[in-house]
Amino acid sequence: MSLTDRLLGDRQRLAYIASQAADSRLNVELETEGMTLNIGPQHPATHGTLRIIARLDGEQVVWAEPSCGYMHRGYEKLAEVRTYPQVTSLVNRIDWLGSFANEVPFILAAEKLMGVEAPARSQHIRTILFELSRIANVSLFLGDLGVQMGAITPVFFAFRDREYVLNLIEGATGGRFHPNFDRIGGLKDDLPKGWIAETKAVMKKLRKFCDQIDDLLFGNEIFQARMRGIGVIPRDVALQYGLSGANLRASGVDWDLRRDQSLPMAWNKADWKVWTHPDGDSYARCWVRLQETRESTKIVDQLLDTIPSGPIMAKVPKIIKVPEGEAWVSTENPLGEMGYYVVSRGELGPFRVKIRSASFNNMSVAPWALRGVYVPDIVTILASLYFILGDIDR
Amino acid sequence: MPVLPLNEKENPLSSAPEVITDVARESLLAEITAALGDRLAASHLRPADDLWLRVRTDAWKSSMRTLRDTLGFHYFCFLSAIDWMPSPFGRGEDDPTEPAPVRDTTIRSGYAGGGTRMQVFARVVNPATHVGVFIKVDVDDAQPVLESIHDVYAGANWHERETHEMFGIGFDGHPDLRNMYLPMDFEGHPLRKDFPLLARMIKPWPGIVDVEPLPGGGVEESADEA
Repeated sequence: MSLTDRLLGDRQRLAYIASQAADSRLNVELETEGMTLNIGPQHPATHGTLRIIARLDGEQVVWAEPSCGYMHRGYEKLAEVRTYPQVTSLVNRIDWLGSFANEVPFILAAEKLMGVEAPARSQHIRTILFELSRIANVSLFLGDLGVQMGAITPVFFAFRDREYVLNLIEGATGGRFHPNFDRIGGLKDDLPKGWIAETKAVMKKLRKFCDQIDDLLFGNEIFQARMRGIGVIPRDVALQYGLSGANLRASGVDWDLRRDQSLPMAWNKADWKVWTHPDGDSYARCWVRLQETRESTKIVDQLLDTIPSGPIMAKVPKIIKVPEGEAWVSTENPLGEMGYYVVSRGELGPFRVKIRSASFNNMSVAPWALRGVYVPDIVTILASLYFILGDIDR
Repeated sequence: MPVLPLNEKENPLSSAPEVITDVARESLLAEITAALGDRLAASHLRPADDLWLRVRTDAWKSSMRTLRDTLGFHYFCFLSAIDWMPSPFGRGEDDPTEPAPVRDTTIRSGYAGGGTRMQVFARVVNPATHVGVFIKVDVDDAQPVLESIHDVYAGANWHERETHEMFGIGFDGHPDLRNMYLPMDFEGHPLRKDFPLLARMIKPWPGIVDVEPLPGGGVEESADEA
């Protein structure tokens, strides 16, 4: 017996059936065939060239399917004909907003195979640059978030303050977007004079920026109405789809690869916190990212005070041949877990490189998450999942 | 997790070659061996690094299900394949005017062994202990088809699509094996080693020729005129 049957008396039940019948007649008269909506590949809401094909029933999505491949560059194939030092210039372009963070896991995997460890100073500087690229990446996300909902102001703040961070990265590495600075056994150069003081000043600005975004966006009623309770991804679904980074932590999984594995990096030398959120909705994902940016500025501040002295390059041969073996290193990149599975045959270049990028898994949940939502929510859910096309297609 | 000094030679503390023991992974391997039984074909443990398993081809899906349900590997990291045959084109740096060199294309598998040219491998992680394992499985050369595991790990759906397109490995029971990246009428499977990298084929590798001859005359002639 259905719920309505139990609650209603006979007369009411008849009236209910009659009204249902009237409704269905009306529906037949007003029958609108389902509609297929194509979003992208060139759409401002899609962060690049992602195309989404959505089947709609009125305002609701029946199914939605992201269609990738508009930016596939075949790095796994290209890496097979490159030498190890050349691969970093390729993987720089995977997640182009946090380029330096892409180089680190590959270099660490090669170092693991070679049995080389970078000196403490370069481990420290690596970690600082890694966190700076996270700040540069996520601050753009935070600003862009408003644009998805029609709030134009935050993006100007974000571009202004991200510029300070990019200047720092440029000052240290020479490249604003594609540093190509990490080397097997250390770093290309040491830090320039005056960089540390400048970085500290910028970190102060970035913390202020986070407070501004907190006030402007996260406290905004429209923002909350569009984000809270929308696009909920429960814990077990997030794990099954291999979501990582802030998306996983927003579903209540306390897991951060910076903290939970031992890598020759300097994260364990700073005092910081891994933020999680139990809700798993769009708001939680954005909130976790905001907190992470704050934590990153703290990590950078602390590490700047404790940079050890010493060389920045370990002793490595000029022509790098990596011994035979297989190695896997993944790190907590701005977008999530980014890992490289490197197979070496003792040659100048890798035999096979499998690039596990975060956005590929983060996007693969989209068909599940978009089912049944309203059309405007497609934009906010995709924005909160935060993907970068280069990171999906590779 | 024990912190492993990667460069033992330069580490003053490790004068003797220290045997690293990895108690956590060793007990995990014993647990996995007990749970998988004869479905486990081989395993390879690198202490303080990672754990590789190889399962029998016909037990691929059931092994993944056991790993998820019994052993708690709930987090799906990735799935891909390796073509163990060395490329017959080398690094694409051959001089096109010379006869093509003969290359050794004997198939040699990696950790945890294997008997076929193609292997599918996946990584799953236990979110409680943060320890992950690699699972490899041989794929028959003549009929490269595996059972799909998209209903064990939902995230495998896209990864299987990618592997199908790049390596030509079929996945039985997959709902939708359309290409993700390439046009549907694309011929060949780009990540197989016998698929040439066309960018290196159509234009000779610039490292071969040092001096380009001037148009309309050889290098020596123009040198004489000067």
